[in-house]
Amino acid sequence: MRKIIVAVMSTISGLVLLFSYHTSTNSQATEATEPATDVGTEQSAPSTPNAAEASGSAPDASESTAAPEPASATESSSAASGSSGTYTGDAVETHWGTVQVQITVVDGKITKAAAIEYPTENRKDQQINAYAIPKLNAEAVAAQSARIDAISGATVTSDGYIESLQSALDAAHLG
Amino acid sequence: MSVTVTDLPRRAFVEQIMGLPISIHVRGPEAGSDAIAGLVTDAFAALRADDAMFSTWKPDSPVSRIRDGRDQLRNAHPRIRQVAALCELAGQRTGGAFSAWRPGPDGRIRFDPTGLVKGWAVQQAFDVLTTRLAHHGRHDALVNAGGDIAVHSTRTDTPDWVIAIEDPRDRSRMLRTLCLRTGAVATSGTAARGEHIADPRTGAPATGLLSATLIGPELTWADVYATAAFVKGGRALPWLATLEGHAAVLVDREDRISTVAAPGTAGPIRAQASVAR
Repeated sequence: MRKIIVAVMSTISGLVLLFSYHTSTNSQATEATEPATDVGTEQSAPSTPNAAEASGSAPDASESTAAPEPASATESSSAASGSSGTYTGDAVETHWGTVQVQITVVDGKITKAAAIEYPTENRKDQQINAYAIPKLNAEAVAAQSARIDAISGATVTSDGYIESLQSALDAAHLG
Repeated sequence: MSVTVTDLPRRAFVEQIMGLPISIHVRGPEAGSDAIAGLVTDAFAALRADDAMFSTWKPDSPVSRIRDGRDQLRNAHPRIRQVAALCELAGQRTGGAFSAWRPGPDGRIRFDPTGLVKGWAVQQAFDVLTTRLAHHGRHDALVNAGGDIAVHSTRTDTPDWVIAIEDPRDRSRMLRTLCLRTGAVATSGTAARGEHIADPRTGAPATGLLSATLIGPELTWADVYATAAFVKGGRALPWLATLEGHAAVLVDREDRISTVAAPGTAGPIRAQASVAR
């Protein structure tokens, strides 16, 4: 029987869980680090009977009393998709500075994407990561694991791409 | 820790297919070559072909013809019958929380495999791409189709792919990050489109969760299970804990975050979860 861990938490900055699927040729370890903002330990009310049963074998779920300061985000207007032209996403204000992405679309295909405003003056890909990394630091995730390659979230539509962080992550590597 | 090489060529490609932005990243010695750009172009073409076959929006697509009774599913293209069979399996594996037979705007039940096709088509195109990449040396690859992700790694000197899970309550924030070498991450939720995901058993919109993220060996099932978990809402956790090789992160409407991990899983891909507080 495999061991099942179910942990239920009440705040976002509690348990940090990193999953790793390893290929047979790679033995690189994945490390999870302790969130810096954890204060106190409290198992929240489980939402299911199963969670209650499993909580005995689950690691401590921690409730943070000092919630990270939220990054601000502006609602952005959508650019048309499926057509041609150059579209500039709204500047998105973050803790770390302003990020703005511009894409060129030809027949619905993005032919060019560039971040036209970045928080820092560093090399392009470092800048994008500089944008992403502090957000993760706010969640108390280790910086060495914070070099984000992709964002998983509720379905991003074509219209939403220009405002997505994924577009900024792509921009550094578009040929 | 193995040595990581950070100066390997890496290239990203983006196209809009099925109404989604689809990003493909390749890293490795030939990542910048025309040959590999051609392979990626082929992968996008395969996805466009699946879109043409399975679209429920294009009135004359093969699936639309089945939906309105012009054609019969049993006579359909083998690819469509394969998807229909997978949808049946998905219904069984999710206790009916996933179904390809859904009521349309007029209330009539019609064949709608859309909920499975996206993840399946992306995984299939990605598998072909990674197989063909091997002919050009060792490369790693990633695809992100509107927030649903598959990664594949053959190198041993590269860092893990780092996938961030968006916080459905504030999309400028990240909920978690996870490291994958080969596998898939799919998130189901309503944050991006604001639309409802209906429970196929009742037709009522699922309201228990803000988002459900599944991590597993391949995107077809991670995507189906994420949708099913979202539909199951508060009843998802016990079911998720029974899934071999899959881990999950759920956010509910009371701001609770639940994680389900399955360490020590047997199978072609070993899932390893490390938990710290």
